[in-house]
Amino acid sequence: MSRPDAQLLISNLHAFYGESHILHGINLEVNRGELVTLLGRNGSGRSTTLKAIMNMVDRRTGSIMIDGRETLNVAPHRIARLGVGFCPEERGIFASLSVEENLLLPPTVASGGMSLDELFEMFPNLYERRKSQGTRLSGGEQQMLAMARILRTGAKLLLLDEITEGLAPVIVERLGEVLMELKRRGMTIVLVEQNFRFAAPLADRHYLIEHGQVIDSFSAAELAGKRDQLNAMLGV
Amino acid sequence: MTTILGVPLVALFGQLLLGLINGAFYALLSLGLAVIFGLLRIINFAHGAQYMLGAFGALLFLQYLNIDYWVALALVPLTVGAIGILIERFLLRRIAHLDHLYGLLLTFGLAMIIEGSFVNFFGVSGANYPIPEALQGGFKLDFMFLPTYRAWVLVAGLGMCLFTWFMIEKTRLGAYLRAGTEKPQLMQAFGVNMPLLTTLTYGFGVALAGFAGVLAAPIYSVSPAMGSNLLIVVFAVVVIGGMGSIMGAILTGLAMGVIEGLTKVFWPESASTVIFFVMVLVLLVRPNGLFGKEV
Repeated sequence: MSRPDAQLLISNLHAFYGESHILHGINLEVNRGELVTLLGRNGSGRSTTLKAIMNMVDRRTGSIMIDGRETLNVAPHRIARLGVGFCPEERGIFASLSVEENLLLPPTVASGGMSLDELFEMFPNLYERRKSQGTRLSGGEQQMLAMARILRTGAKLLLLDEITEGLAPVIVERLGEVLMELKRRGMTIVLVEQNFRFAAPLADRHYLIEHGQVIDSFSAAELAGKRDQLNAMLGV
Repeated sequence: MTTILGVPLVALFGQLLLGLINGAFYALLSLGLAVIFGLLRIINFAHGAQYMLGAFGALLFLQYLNIDYWVALALVPLTVGAIGILIERFLLRRIAHLDHLYGLLLTFGLAMIIEGSFVNFFGVSGANYPIPEALQGGFKLDFMFLPTYRAWVLVAGLGMCLFTWFMIEKTRLGAYLRAGTEKPQLMQAFGVNMPLLTTLTYGFGVALAGFAGVLAAPIYSVSPAMGSNLLIVVFAVVVIGGMGSIMGAILTGLAMGVIEGLTKVFWPESASTVIFFVMVLVLLVRPNGLFGKEV
């Protein structure tokens, strides 16, 4: 089932925190240049899937291929070097660093990352506040910063966890535009998202996750027929 | 003779200077403790023993290898730092996932072993390290005689403190360290090799203690217990300053040295306890320390 253009191919992934068994055999595939969402309730295992890809869980079994390379035994600090950018749910802005330092912090992992000028053009607020302490920014600005700093590194596969959570509609709209621009640039994106209305027009395909397993997957075109099922499941 | 509050000016300035020099040692040592605590979350009880290793290192290099002070000033911190790297790599890393209390116990045990071994081989009385030729003598100031070596200690100690501050607050490597202190797991996800950074940080903190030890060798008697005597005071300095800030550790170290020096003039009996009075006060009013961040 492996296809040559699969940027990310996960088979039978189990993940554990201590004794807790969180993921029960996840299978999913993301092709180069695709934007794929992981939908599901809170606690269904979507964030853990991203963390398992980054090797940030205690234990994992199964297979995670990134760019055709098995990464199950790759050390956590070497995953990013395969061209992966991770934006955590809690945003992970560093309080002891200025906005500019936060932006410059993640090491370059591949060529072709966006320059500071391009990033400041995309996120003008960050330029104005580049000397501020990272955590003095508003929630929306912190989210922009968390996105911007992984775009600088040259990562081609972006793992974005709940980037619209708790943000004002105008900021969410701006994030949508940013994602469209990233798609246009050929990035591959895995989006964990609660805000279905935000994700629907952006995504090529959707995975529905429940109890640590993929229970359904469908393309953007099939979405209309699934609306009732999704509304019932996600409670939106 | 000029006096202030009945105290001769000469005595006052003399103690002030002595206080500043002690303060430079407090600053160097509490700085190393703060750097180590920041990333490893371990209270490094072996810090005093590592300082003592620095002083003994200078002494042994001179006696057995005829390595002079200036070479020792560079070589000994590197050697002591390398010992620190081995301690982190083979001992501390193995217990890093446990409660940080275990790190404290382990370093405490190490300190006892190192000190005990040195008592066994060199006795308790200690030896003197000669002041290097270029730094003998002194300046005759209007109010006092300033020994050249003490002036050098002040300059070198503060210079090293500022160098460390610059490295941590103003460079990219320092940004890694500060960020790693906050969210080590996320740093790994960005592709930063945190285990390596942790090892080097411990090595650097230990090297600072070794550097302080070399500086101390010509002033204080080089003895196995010299570190543990000083470390108690340094811990109090760290509590007063708080763990959060590099500049805080430096300023608090200097300030406590000066306060101790001035107390020697005005109320000599309490000079050795005044820092602990300050510590109790600070704990009551600002439990996180003067420069500490909210816990």
